Amino acid sequence: MTAALIFEQVLNGLQFGLTLFLMAAGLTLVFGVMGLINLAHGSLYMVGAFCCAWITQQTGSFWLGLGGGVLGAAAAGALIEMLVIRRLYDRDHLDQVLATFALILIFSEGTRMVFGSMPLYLNIPAALGGTMALPGVEAYPVYRLFIILAALAVALLLYLLISKTRLGMRIRAGESDREMIAALGVDIKTLYTIVFALGAAIAGLSGALVGALRSVQVGMGEPVLILAFVVIVIGGIGSIKGALIGSILIGLVDTLGRIFLPVILKFFMENASANSIGAALSSMLIYLMMAGILAVKPKGLFNATN
Amino acid sequence: MQRTDTAPKSINMPKLSRETVVNIAVMAILLALPLWASSIGEDYYVNLASLITIFAIAGVGLNFAIGQGGMVSFGHAAFFGIGGYTTGIAAFHSFEETLFMAIPFAISGTNQMLIIWIVAMVICGIAALAIGAISLRTEGVYFIMITLAFAQMIYYFAISWPTYGGEDGLSIYLRNELPMVDAESALTFFLVCFILLLGAIFVSARLSGSRFGAALGTARMNETRLATSGIDPFPIKLTGFVISAMITGLAGALFAELNGFVGPSMLSWHRSGEIMVFVILGGVGRLYGPVIGAALFVLLETYIGEWTQHWQLLLGLALLGVVLFARGGVMGMIAGRARHD
Repeated sequence: MTAALIFEQVLNGLQFGLTLFLMAAGLTLVFGVMGLINLAHGSLYMVGAFCCAWITQQTGSFWLGLGGGVLGAAAAGALIEMLVIRRLYDRDHLDQVLATFALILIFSEGTRMVFGSMPLYLNIPAALGGTMALPGVEAYPVYRLFIILAALAVALLLYLLISKTRLGMRIRAGESDREMIAALGVDIKTLYTIVFALGAAIAGLSGALVGALRSVQVGMGEPVLILAFVVIVIGGIGSIKGALIGSILIGLVDTLGRIFLPVILKFFMENASANSIGAALSSMLIYLMMAGILAVKPKGLFNATN
Repeated sequence: MQRTDTAPKSINMPKLSRETVVNIAVMAILLALPLWASSIGEDYYVNLASLITIFAIAGVGLNFAIGQGGMVSFGHAAFFGIGGYTTGIAAFHSFEETLFMAIPFAISGTNQMLIIWIVAMVICGIAALAIGAISLRTEGVYFIMITLAFAQMIYYFAISWPTYGGEDGLSIYLRNELPMVDAESALTFFLVCFILLLGAIFVSARLSGSRFGAALGTARMNETRLATSGIDPFPIKLTGFVISAMITGLAGALFAELNGFVGPSMLSWHRSGEIMVFVILGGVGRLYGPVIGAALFVLLETYIGEWTQHWQLLLGLALLGVVLFARGGVMGMIAGRARHD
């Protein structure tokens, strides 16, 4: 158990957490501005990954694929916003859950009809393929570092967009008082479509980036979606800062727990049962952490409405 | 649904509301079809009716939380699965003749359904007490996501715990036994499920009509009002949540018996969504709504599934249509608006 191993796992946890952040940011933005709970956000992640994998296969360029994944997810987001989501803003959460659950079924089955049940494979681009030495770690995959940097860049851009631009000002105004901003002559319908497509684009980026690490397949967005829910519940729904901190927390706790919990348990019991109990416990760890945080702060760490 | 048109419209029975007529018709069809199928030796259809009945029980449980208490739980698969795993684990130890636990006191397996049902419901109740105690501190969309997250926690636990099959699940080689009747017979098992469905609906109706139900309904509509009338909403909602979970847990135990198998898929969040679909398709807060919802779901799955493997696409479109354009579900379309809304 060396410091190098710990550092490497911290980086892995950071990378996992930041990809979660890309999902959680869109979810929490859409909830904060429109008051909508969107289960189909995981489908947009999947759309991004599939667009990226398909375009990369056709053109041979990962970068075109990545751009295509982002645009494809944004287009799918704008489309479902105009066709379905728009009708759900003034419905209760139950209707929103059901309608977006229906969208998941439609997206998953639709994707399966187009691409089949076999997973697609997306290769890491050659430029990012190797490993590099970091302090204490001999060889860390460059692509994982790239994901960390890309996600941090998105977080920064999102911060600048929301706090410094006119669009961001409108988004914040929409969060605090939607009637008033409509009365001031802002086209609230278009604003909502833009916000939704923005969230979808970030989810698509996340799917495309992760798609190269794992296989691209139907249903890939669902586990991530549920973790993103845990993130925004911990961080406080509607707060992007909360989403960032929550996702890094989840990423670190989950990754480190899976590695170190069985090791720690070995001090107390025999190897075999330490491994199985450790595996079972570490898969529950983040949920237990969520329960603990909610027991103390029922509205999350950074509640936007307070 | 055609049959409802032929139901008696006699003016001699003015007190029979349209919803009551639909309820009676649905239950009569659900009872009659398997009896007929069994008489011509088609056990497949009897088992299909059992499946509808079991899903309906699960829906009745969730409907109590959503319709009466306004608690939109997206994690009822947890209770469905816990019920199922209780059955599976009890049968496993009974079959292997081993102990479930030796300390602090010995607990062996059992193959008696009555005991399993009670144990399953008690365990579900305890789990719901713990989950509800944390989740009910929050409300609205937080509640939805937290119940989902807890169900997911139990799902991952079941997958990574190797003793009871882990990802592969656990087979129940022999259906457990009931006193006096032969539970192996498809028709008998259906009738048992049907009686339990009636029991679940009865309990749900009696509770809704009680003082407790009135308090729970007020908690749904206006918690502050309930609090100002001197009743703390939290224990009321927690009790409602626990009862709801116990009913759904019983359905899970029956589901495991029907399939002779339990696996993590019983706990997956798709299952939570499906149980919710039963409730919504039928109509939220309608006592017999989940029966209609479960029947539609199973029939869609079976018959469209025969015709195309992409039946989920059609299910999604149908569900979207119901949510967007037919508020109040099928019961709302046939029997008009609910009385309370």
